[in-house]
Amino acid sequence: MSSYHLDHLEYLETEAIHVLREVAAEFERPVVLFSGGKDSICILRLAEKAFRPSDIPMPFLNIETGHEFPELIEFRDRRAEELGAKLIVRTVDEAIEKGLATATPGQTSRNKLQIPVLLGAIDEFQFDCCIGGARRDEEKARAKERFFSFRDSFGQWDPKNQRPEIWNLYNARLNPGENMRVFPLSNWTETDVWEYVQKENLEVPNIYFSHERECFFRGGQWLPAPPPQDGNGTPDPYEGARPTEHEEHRTMTCRVRTIADMISTGMIESPAECIDDIIAEVAAARVTERGTRADDKASEAAMEDRKKAGYF
Amino acid sequence: MKSVSQHPIELLRFNTCGSVDDGKSTLIGRLLYDSKSIMEDQMEALERSADITGGGQVNLANLTDGLRAEREQGITIDVAYRYFATPKRKFIVADTPGHVQYTRNMVTGASTANLSIVLIDARNGVIEQTRRHSYISALLGIPHIVFAVNKMDLVDWSEERFREIRDDIEDFLPKLDTFTDVKFLPLSALDGGNVVNPSEYTPWYEGPTLMGHLESVHIASDWNLNAFRFPVQWVNRPNNPTDKTLHDFRGFSGQIAGGIVKVGQEVLVLPSGRKSFVKEIQTFDGNLDEAFSPQSVTLVLEDDLDISRGDMIVGTDSLPGHSADISARVCWMEQRPLQAGQKYFLKHGTQTVQAKVISLDSRINIQTYEPEPHPAELAMNDIGEVRLRTAKPLVFDGYTTNRLTGSIVLVEPSTNATAAAGMLRGPEKVYQPEYDDFMI
Repeated sequence: MSSYHLDHLEYLETEAIHVLREVAAEFERPVVLFSGGKDSICILRLAEKAFRPSDIPMPFLNIETGHEFPELIEFRDRRAEELGAKLIVRTVDEAIEKGLATATPGQTSRNKLQIPVLLGAIDEFQFDCCIGGARRDEEKARAKERFFSFRDSFGQWDPKNQRPEIWNLYNARLNPGENMRVFPLSNWTETDVWEYVQKENLEVPNIYFSHERECFFRGGQWLPAPPPQDGNGTPDPYEGARPTEHEEHRTMTCRVRTIADMISTGMIESPAECIDDIIAEVAAARVTERGTRADDKASEAAMEDRKKAGYF
Repeated sequence: MKSVSQHPIELLRFNTCGSVDDGKSTLIGRLLYDSKSIMEDQMEALERSADITGGGQVNLANLTDGLRAEREQGITIDVAYRYFATPKRKFIVADTPGHVQYTRNMVTGASTANLSIVLIDARNGVIEQTRRHSYISALLGIPHIVFAVNKMDLVDWSEERFREIRDDIEDFLPKLDTFTDVKFLPLSALDGGNVVNPSEYTPWYEGPTLMGHLESVHIASDWNLNAFRFPVQWVNRPNNPTDKTLHDFRGFSGQIAGGIVKVGQEVLVLPSGRKSFVKEIQTFDGNLDEAFSPQSVTLVLEDDLDISRGDMIVGTDSLPGHSADISARVCWMEQRPLQAGQKYFLKHGTQTVQAKVISLDSRINIQTYEPEPHPAELAMNDIGEVRLRTAKPLVFDGYTTNRLTGSIVLVEPSTNATAAAGMLRGPEKVYQPEYDDFMI
């Protein structure tokens, strides 16, 4: 191959850097959604590549459900500090207190409750653009997503009326109150992400690697056992999400393939101890990445419905 | 197991287009299924919906038709992107809809493709959509085209029928002279014949399977490496840097849209016309001696020039056009038609300027490919030649020379809708420095 030729990772990288610089140039108040997951870890490296030696010219935002893996929170805070970035955290709990979100009785998962919290944060800080790590290969409804995905003043996505996206000329124009979601990793696959993590020698939270964990079987997957109740008399945030005596539970050698919160993340049995192991495991995998996400299994259009309402 | 990253893998981007029910989604489903890119949970979901609606037959189209309305109506509404890999290549597929009203999405999918697959129903042969899709593929400068004659099982894999269709296409192809290679393929997406595995019913066909072709077609770099073009995307000036050496740092960040740049090379900044030399080519991974399209880099120049987003840094050997009067072939994408006198925002490279439609010179008849002179308007999905005047001169190339510096979009100012994709006609004369002697 000639020296004036990019391989697939170099191509995906230059495409994503171009997208990030367009965001910095075209928007007044952009924000990076940073969860500490592998996709947003790649976004941060791409942002370094796009903007150094300047600082990354936008803050980071994370919406917590309150059911997070503690390892992820620790990693998220540390990484933001290393990069000298401002990290904004908004939580479902705060939103419930303020009346921005209402918990559905009997529904323990707070996945859907992240929507009003995100929209509340957008309103609070007047963000006009949120950069997310979503990829088109993750899910059917995401396969139709644009790099620059327009949201109306209610935060809604209208899949039947998307702006055509031609060449690399992204239409970033908004009217007041409207919002853009931008996805620099649109064309990346799960394998690409891991190959990039390896190539760039990026640190990822240790729950991506094989470890021992108490899990229980529910809804066709192994869910992590929630942390023990603190016993100080407050209501149990994991009520309904704890294993019942009829449910099989055991200590597993496992890891996460994709991370939501502890209630929505299925663990996979895996001996993968390093990035090489993970790449090999993904290559041999016979189920999709989001096959381990309980939040997507609700119905065939579960993701489409959440996206229309303003989900990430 | 070795990871695939051990050696460089080429990326091929292709799009599939055809009319409603030509079986585009089924074909992509077949490519994914037979290349073992479909996972068990996706297969389970398909089988579940097959039991409910399909009388037990797994519908491969449901793999790509991701929106509820699409599954209900059995059509593809929006361009869907799919990703798969074989040991030889990685593929990005744009599955683009066949409905006339969604043709704008085909332009979207085709704009970034190396190769276009036009599907034809063997029973129906060449129809208006076939001619439209072939034309759009040519218009967008896609070098490789494959005419996939699908549903061959429904015409008993008739060689005669295949040749008839090929002859019909070869009749109009000479009018679209931009393709570097053209392939005709008889296949059945439903039973898989000639998609990944050869069909046992086509002993008369000696070419490759579709997958064989996709894996081996020579994709000489699509990127223009001739004339250096660098639209300045973002001026890199650190705020209050802790590192004192960065106090006066001023870099110009962007993606190289054409050609190669080297340290020490003389460059011209347009539209100001100032000259300087490349001092450094910076990246996060260290400085480079040279860089090429489509790399993203940050340039530092020898001289402290006033340069901002929207300016273009170019090589001095081959100069672009510089004019506020431009001609473009546009594909119109809005409900409200295009008429002379209207004003739009025009996005070109990294700059957005106001533009006024001076005149509509022609509308292309998709049946005959002949231009109809001076139409009153261009309706949605029409393609025509227009003249525009921009509020500020553009620094540009013809689309056939450079897909990135020769393309524009028009944005409707009230709704911000993307109203048109435009391919610029080459400049009548290139940029000429007015007072060359006085240049630095």
